[in-house]
Amino acid sequence: MNREIRNKVFDIGFRIFGIFSTFLGVILIAIFISSIVQAGFSKIDWNFLTGLPSRFADHAGILTAWTGSLWILALSAIIGIPVGVGAAIFFEEYAPKNSLTRILEINLTNLAGVPSVIYGILGLELFVRSFKMGSSLLAGACTLSLLILPIVIVATREALRAVPQSIRQASFSMGATKWQTIWHQILPASAGGIATGVILALSRAVGEAAPVIVIGALAYVPFVAESPLDDFTVLPIQIFNWVTRPDPEFIVNASAGIIVLLSITFLLNGIAVYLRYRWQKKMKW
Amino acid sequence: MSQNESSISFDFTDRAKKVKLEAIGAHVYYDDNHVLKDINMIVRENTITALIGPSGCGKSTFLRLFNRMNDYIDSFQLSGQVLIDSQDIYERNVNVENLRKNVGMVFQKPNPFPKSIFENVAFGMRIRGISKKTELEGIVEDALKNAVLWDEVKDRLQKPALSLSGGQQQRLCIARVLAVKPTVLLMDEPASALDPIATAKIEELINVLKEQYTILIVTHNMQQASRISDKTAFFYQGQLIEYEATRDIFINPRKDLTERYITGRFG
Repeated sequence: MNREIRNKVFDIGFRIFGIFSTFLGVILIAIFISSIVQAGFSKIDWNFLTGLPSRFADHAGILTAWTGSLWILALSAIIGIPVGVGAAIFFEEYAPKNSLTRILEINLTNLAGVPSVIYGILGLELFVRSFKMGSSLLAGACTLSLLILPIVIVATREALRAVPQSIRQASFSMGATKWQTIWHQILPASAGGIATGVILALSRAVGEAAPVIVIGALAYVPFVAESPLDDFTVLPIQIFNWVTRPDPEFIVNASAGIIVLLSITFLLNGIAVYLRYRWQKKMKW
Repeated sequence: MSQNESSISFDFTDRAKKVKLEAIGAHVYYDDNHVLKDINMIVRENTITALIGPSGCGKSTFLRLFNRMNDYIDSFQLSGQVLIDSQDIYERNVNVENLRKNVGMVFQKPNPFPKSIFENVAFGMRIRGISKKTELEGIVEDALKNAVLWDEVKDRLQKPALSLSGGQQQRLCIARVLAVKPTVLLMDEPASALDPIATAKIEELINVLKEQYTILIVTHNMQQASRISDKTAFFYQGQLIEYEATRDIFINPRKDLTERYITGRFG
């Protein structure tokens, strides 16, 4: 085979491989979603959304699960955002460039790679046992905050770095202190990027099952949590619980639960995409 | 001979004015790099002084000595004294934020904040605790009028500053500085990123501002320096080569190096 033909074959071959790879993921997800919707969509009604858990598939609802997920979402946001954004501000705006901060940075990147179940074990030991929070919403949210912290920090640092130095210079030259510069200029200018990262991180937290199972969240919680110290369950646990049951009727419930969970995460991701788009349009330096 | 006379008469009016800025034996190092060498210079109140010289000659570093913007460069080291109103601004007890209220700066590239026109001008007052709307409105209007931008933006104060043209943005940056009522203006090639019409407007503005402010301006544009400045300082390789009345520098420079630079034979 002469060289020209060989190159052409490779050219076409790689093109086909690329198209195949792209569509493989998309098609698999499309198949998955359509089968889930087929199996579970008819199950979603008012009773299902407002029903308490039950050992009868017919009566079982996901009220406690989705309210638990919303609790976790809100509490993780309250705990995780200030800590994560604060750490990012320290790294970008305050930290001196020395070996200590470099070690901290490397550790931070490592944290992002720690499996979520390990965070669960940390949360169990630290929050549930040492801080005596029990298997409460608060313990769950603290654990998930730790889990999303590296993501929030990395996204926030990127957003802060995107603010041009000329803005900082202008602010300092006006006699603003470092804190005033961060509060009045840098944070507003990077808010879109920070929000995008934070929302993606939160959507990850909402979807996690392993760490919350490890800290002892229950599958059967017959009441809606009223305070952060109440026991709780979340959608992924409820889904996991239903999937493991032999009765095929529960599979329908699980499918319906998946639809609700996916709706929440897709909604969050959609907001993130929208914010990123708005932010990129607004911030043309 | 007539040049000699004019220079004498110039000095006469010049000396009547108060000394505003002063550098005494100023040396600046960035690590081992000796970027300013023994600079001694006096700038009098309500004058425009142009700093000229080839890139890397230290003129921008010199400019930034007066609002301590070099402090952000880790390796920056200064010896000698830099005085404003006879006060050493590098003394330990000097409040840098207050210093910069008194010494405003306009940068080469217009750098408005990504906020509304109004908030850009109000920023300097906001960070100093003024938040009353009527008070801010008055300050913003005055500053925009002083920067000859008011008529162009008065109907769209809430629009983003980044929607303005380059020349308008630069005048907005000047208005932002004027709003905190400084007495000294440092300008680092304020018109180099602008087209000729916008440049002319800025120059016109600078000429008016001279009545109330002491202005130091870095420029690469010889015509600009000769058009707007009272005195011109020529820097070369970290040294202040010549510092005279602008007329003298451009018509009858004492040093050969100065003449070669302003006639464009090097640099």
